[in-house]
This record gives sequence, C-alpha cells and structure tokens, in this order.
Amino acid sequence: MQPASAPLALELAGLVKRFDRPAVDGLDLSVRAGEFYALLGPNGAGKTTTLRMIAGLLRPDAGSIRVADIDALADPVAAKRLMAWISDEPMIYDKLTPLEYLEFVSGLWGVTPALAEMRARDLLGWLDLTANAHERCEGFSKGMRQKVALAGALIHEPRLIILDEPLTGLDAGSARQVKNVLRERVRCGGTVIMTTHILEVAERMADRIGVIGRGKLIAEGTLEELRLQAGGKNAAGSVGAATLEDTFLALLAEPAEAA
Amino acid sequence: MIAQPGTAVWFARHEWRLAWRDWIGMMSGGKRKRLHRVIAAVALFVVFMHFVAYWMIGRFAGTAPDQATFAAVTASVLMSWLLMVSQAMESTTRALYARSDLDLILASPVAAENVFAVRIVTVAASLALMALPLAAPFIDILIARGGWRWLGAYALIVAMGAAATALAVALSVVLFRVVGPKRTRFVAQVLAAVIGAAFVIGLQVAAILSSGSISRTSLLQSQTFLARLPDAASLAWWPARAALGDLTALAGVLALSLALLLATIVLVAPRFGEYAIVASGLQAGVVVQRRARSFHRRTQQQALRVKEWMLLWRDPWLVSQTLMQMLYLIPPAVLLWRSFDDGHGAYQLLVLVPVLVMAAGQLAGGLAWLAISGEDAPDLVASAPIPPRFVVRAKIEAVLGLVAAVFAPLVVALAFVSPWHALITGLGIVVAATAATSIQLWFRTQAKRSQFRRRQVSSRLATFAEAFSSIGWAATAAVAAASLPLAIVPGVLAFLVVAGTWLMSPRQPHA
Repeated sequence: MQPASAPLALELAGLVKRFDRPAVDGLDLSVRAGEFYALLGPNGAGKTTTLRMIAGLLRPDAGSIRVADIDALADPVAAKRLMAWISDEPMIYDKLTPLEYLEFVSGLWGVTPALAEMRARDLLGWLDLTANAHERCEGFSKGMRQKVALAGALIHEPRLIILDEPLTGLDAGSARQVKNVLRERVRCGGTVIMTTHILEVAERMADRIGVIGRGKLIAEGTLEELRLQAGGKNAAGSVGAATLEDTFLALLAEPAEAA
Repeated sequence: MIAQPGTAVWFARHEWRLAWRDWIGMMSGGKRKRLHRVIAAVALFVVFMHFVAYWMIGRFAGTAPDQATFAAVTASVLMSWLLMVSQAMESTTRALYARSDLDLILASPVAAENVFAVRIVTVAASLALMALPLAAPFIDILIARGGWRWLGAYALIVAMGAAATALAVALSVVLFRVVGPKRTRFVAQVLAAVIGAAFVIGLQVAAILSSGSISRTSLLQSQTFLARLPDAASLAWWPARAALGDLTALAGVLALSLALLLATIVLVAPRFGEYAIVASGLQAGVVVQRRARSFHRRTQQQALRVKEWMLLWRDPWLVSQTLMQMLYLIPPAVLLWRSFDDGHGAYQLLVLVPVLVMAAGQLAGGLAWLAISGEDAPDLVASAPIPPRFVVRAKIEAVLGLVAAVFAPLVVALAFVSPWHALITGLGIVVAATAATSIQLWFRTQAKRSQFRRRQVSSRLATFAEAFSSIGWAATAAVAAASLPLAIVPGVLAFLVVAGTWLMSPRQPHA
C-alpha cells in the first residue's frame, strides 16, 4: 500500500459519459503511483467505459482525466506514452509472431530497437512464451494470446497499466503468470488499475478496491475499510467475517434499497 | 406441414430460413428503412438493365441460329457458368471450413449427410437466384423481341447452377484429398478466382495475339476461328441451343445437370461430415517465421506501414480476394507487350488507359478497406501515443505504396511506347486510387479483416460510389488520352460523384 504522500498516477474528476443513458455519471477517482487498484461492479456499471476513457479510446462528455500531472484530454499523446491498455479480448494480429508483434508495438511507443528486443525476450521468458516466439499467433490459445497482449503492454514499461478483465478465460497457470507479472510491475513502482469479476483476485492483489454502480463510485478503500462501510455483514446478513463477495453484494444492495 | 426433425426437408427449412435472414441482413445492414431503399434500388436497376439489354442485344433476338450465333451464345453461357463455378467453390469451401453451427449439427444424433445434401442444393439454388436478376433483363428482351423460345434461357440458368455446384463440390473434394485439408481452403479460393476470370481473360489474350484487339468478340467472329468449330449438329452446341429455345436440347442439358448434382450429393454428402471434422481439427497455424535479424529502427508511421504490408502478404485468403482484380491486368499487359513488337500500337493503347485506371481504383478501394477499417487491433493503435491523423496517414501511404508498386512497372513500360498515354495513365491511377481510398476513409468502420468479403455490407453507398468513381476516372483518362477536351465531362462527373459521396458520408470525429 502506498503512503498518502505518493504522487497521483491517475485522477478522475466529475467524469461523465452518456450513451442512451448515463454510463459514467460524475465519477471521481484517484489512484496513487505504485498502487494496485481494483475496480469492481456489476455488468453495465460503467467500469469498461471508465477505463476506455482513461486509455483515450473514448472521449468523456464532461470531467477531467489527469495521468501523472498530464491533462489527458488536452494532451492525449503525452498521456498515452505513460499508459498501456489491455482488454479482455487480446488485441493482437494473427499473422504476426509474438516477437514481430512486440517489434510493432515498440515501434508505436518509440522504444529503441536494442532495448525493445532485450525487453521482448525478457517478457516472453517471464510469460513462458519463448518457445513460441517465432510462431504466428493464429494458432495460439486464449491464454497465450492474452500473454502476448500483456507483453505488448509492458514492452514500453508503462507507468500506468489499465486492464479490463485481463484474467477472463485464462487457465490457472496462465492467470498466475499474468498476476505475477503485474505484481512485479507494482513492486517496481508501476501503477495498475484493473477491473475483474473474480473477487478473489481483487481481494488478494489489490491495495485498494473501488466499487462502482450505475456509473458512480459507491465505495472505496482497502478490504477492511469496505467491510466497515458495508457494516461487516456476511452473506446471511449477520455481522461476522464477511468475504469480499459478501461485502461487494452488501454495498451494491444499499444504493438499490435507497433507490 | 411440419417436417420430421432431422430429415432433409426439416434441414432445408432451417437452412433456407437462415439464408434468407442472412441475405436480408446483408442487404439492409439491420435497418428496415435501408431494406426498402435497397429493394427500390434493385428494382430501378433491373428496369434500367432492360434498356441496356434492349440496346445491346435487342437486334439479335430474331437471329437465325447459325454457327456464329451458337459460338457467341456458347461463349456467354460458358463465361457465366465459370463465374458460377467460381462462386460455388467459394460457398463449398465455406461449408467445409466455417464452423458456425457445424459443431452443433455434427455433435447431434442426426444424419449429417442430410444437412450437407441440403447445403449443396442451397448452393445451387442461390447461384441460380443470384444470376436471375442479372440475366432476366436480357432474357426478357429476347422473349419480347424474339418470341417464347427464349424462355428456355431461364431453365438453362437453373441447369447451369446445378452443374456449376456439382463441379465445384467435386473439385473441392479432389483438392481435399490431393493437397490435404490444410491447403485446400487457400488453393480452392485461388482456383475460384482464376476460374472466374480465366475465360474472359483467355479470350482477350487470344484476341490480342490473333488480331491485335483486346475485344473478345473479334476472336469469336473471325472466320479462322469459326472454320475450326464443330458443325451445327454437334452436341457441343446443346447449351446454346437450349438457350435459344430448342426444347430437346434444353431437356437434355437440364437432365444432365440435375443428374450430375444428384450424383454429387449421393457420392459426396455422406463423406462431407468427415471432411468437415478433419477441417475443424486443423491447428489454425503453427507457422514458424524463422529469422535471425534484430528489431528495426522505425518511426511510428513506418511501423504501421510495415505492419500493413506484412499482414497483407501473409494472408493468402486476402491475396486471393484481390487476385481477381489483378488477373484482369493480364490482357492489357499482353497488349502492351505486343505493342512493343509492332511499334505502332498507339491507337490500340487507348484501351489500356481506362483498364489500368479502373483496376487501380478497385485495388486501392479493397486495400484501403483492409488497412483503414479492417484493423484487428483497433484499441492497440488507438491507445498508442500517436495522433489519429498520423495513423490514418500511415495507412493511406501503405495502400498507395502498394498500388504504386503494382502499377508503376506497367506505366513505365507504357512510357517507352507512348509517353503521353503513360502520363495520362499515371495521373488517372493516382486520382482513381486517391478517390477510392478517400471514400473508404470517409465511410470507415470497425471490422475484422476476415470480414473483407462482406465489406460492402457496412455501406452500400461507399461501394457504389467507389465503383462509379473508378469508372468515371477511367472514362476521363480514356478520353483525355485521345487528346479530347471532352474529357472534362466525365472528369466533372467523376468529381461530382466523389464530392457527393463526401457530403453524404458520416462525419468522423477523429479524422
């Protein structure tokens, strides 16, 4: 957990995005450098829309996004230099090999060839893809594709990594490799903001957890703080050792009851 | 009547319902209003084609069937039939390799041969149905001008669809056994492109070599050619006789075609399930790209351009899709080569100019869709620290670079024969390719490269605009090459097509 004095890696203020209805509705959120932040919420809560706005893939209707002191809406290119985006659907090219893909991505982020090649070989090694480095991605499993995408996201050593459900569909081994790489990035001072439906992952990995519902931040804090906010109730509704699942469901139930 | 589940009739209802909804979806893009507009446009097109047909063939309706008529009709029938075979091969390959509902059907306890028999019949039926709107205006005019005997041409279309499907299925199965399931898809698609274009191109090349003209009719009408043909009583003319209303010939051709289709179904359908299972078991690609080289130093735009070229080069399916357009460049190339020989082909070269300009426009349109709309990792590119306009610029450069690489050798060769024609052709290629690329840019959408075959679905307007723009610039170049000030007329029309398309295009926020 990062001290409160750590600089902000990401700051969202009054973020709004409407489609047919408000998807994100005045969202305020701050994540400190070196923090692992998990964003939880039910389907349609606005998690992906929020992350896509941060990554510069959607333009908000109102509000501001600051990435390490850069106004991401005024200077998106400067902000994108510091970030990497990974969605649940791996963004790779079937006809390229992992090494060629990493060469392309490093070209987009302007990483020098020698450095990029060294990092590429390290990343492929960490992710257990060295044996497949020269094979076209078209025959890869979902897990392998996601690992190639993750290597692409890390090749330019981003300060902020944004992940939307990165573990969906991965087997236990691949999921562990991805989690280890992310932990290592945080240990080295990187910041990770991730959405997930696997509450256990958030519980084990995140320094802080934000719960979002109907486009608004409902609750935020460490697991303990969230338990307190939810009144420490477990699944049966009685006070006890509530899991994150109990806490999550209790937090979501409150606004619905209030409505 | 409700058919027993699992029977061929039951599957036929299921397949045709899906095919119908698929067709409606393709025509309307999911919008009911658009469907009405498409129906109105097709109706207008069919009416317009009746006038075209009247102008083109009205005077031949009463022609007495002689050897020259048989030759001309046979050539038309053969050309159309080969196009049908090409289309049928596409459909058959898809039936083998596209998974969609095959896993469900093959895992169910029903006889798989029923579904494959229905699918083969569906291919034949859809071929005939697709050919009808194109052929109907010509047949109607012939009926109106020459009498009911021409009605047989409609039945001939059904026979052609059946025979084309039988041949395509047989060819696909032979390929599956000879080259193996892994290569069949690619080989079949290339073969389909070659078959579709081969006859027209063959006739044009033969005409150029024999008479120095690119017109295929010149060969069919030449006395030398006619003298070598079988006599009028030959069975070889039965398809032509069938088209001309000879009921005996029609019955014979129809019976033979349907028998071929039936035999194919009986022989092949029971094995098709096994082939489909083998095809589904293929490892999509353990293709190893061995290389010793290191990473290259590239700017962001260079990285994007190289990526586009690499993806295109490595996708044989996309190459086969563009191959058709490239094949049509063979006759102009032969004409050019022949002009070197006789040294005075400047007048004939006039015909080269529009062909090259038109081909450049069409090629650029296809490539532009792939590069601009067919981006498989749109989020990756959009999240990279590069302004969107640079991304678009790099992709346009990739497209125009490829067009230049294909056409520059032909223009340079043309410059040795006639610098004036080369200049006009070069300018025409630049303008046509730029216009086609611009149209794809204005109507860009987000799609997978694998959706290339159905790219017209996203915007019919862009598809038609691209075609009319290419035709307009080709006409402008042709007239300009003859040094006629009249070139301004098609030039202005082509410009209006492009400008009108721009006005009607959806505004892109990050252009």
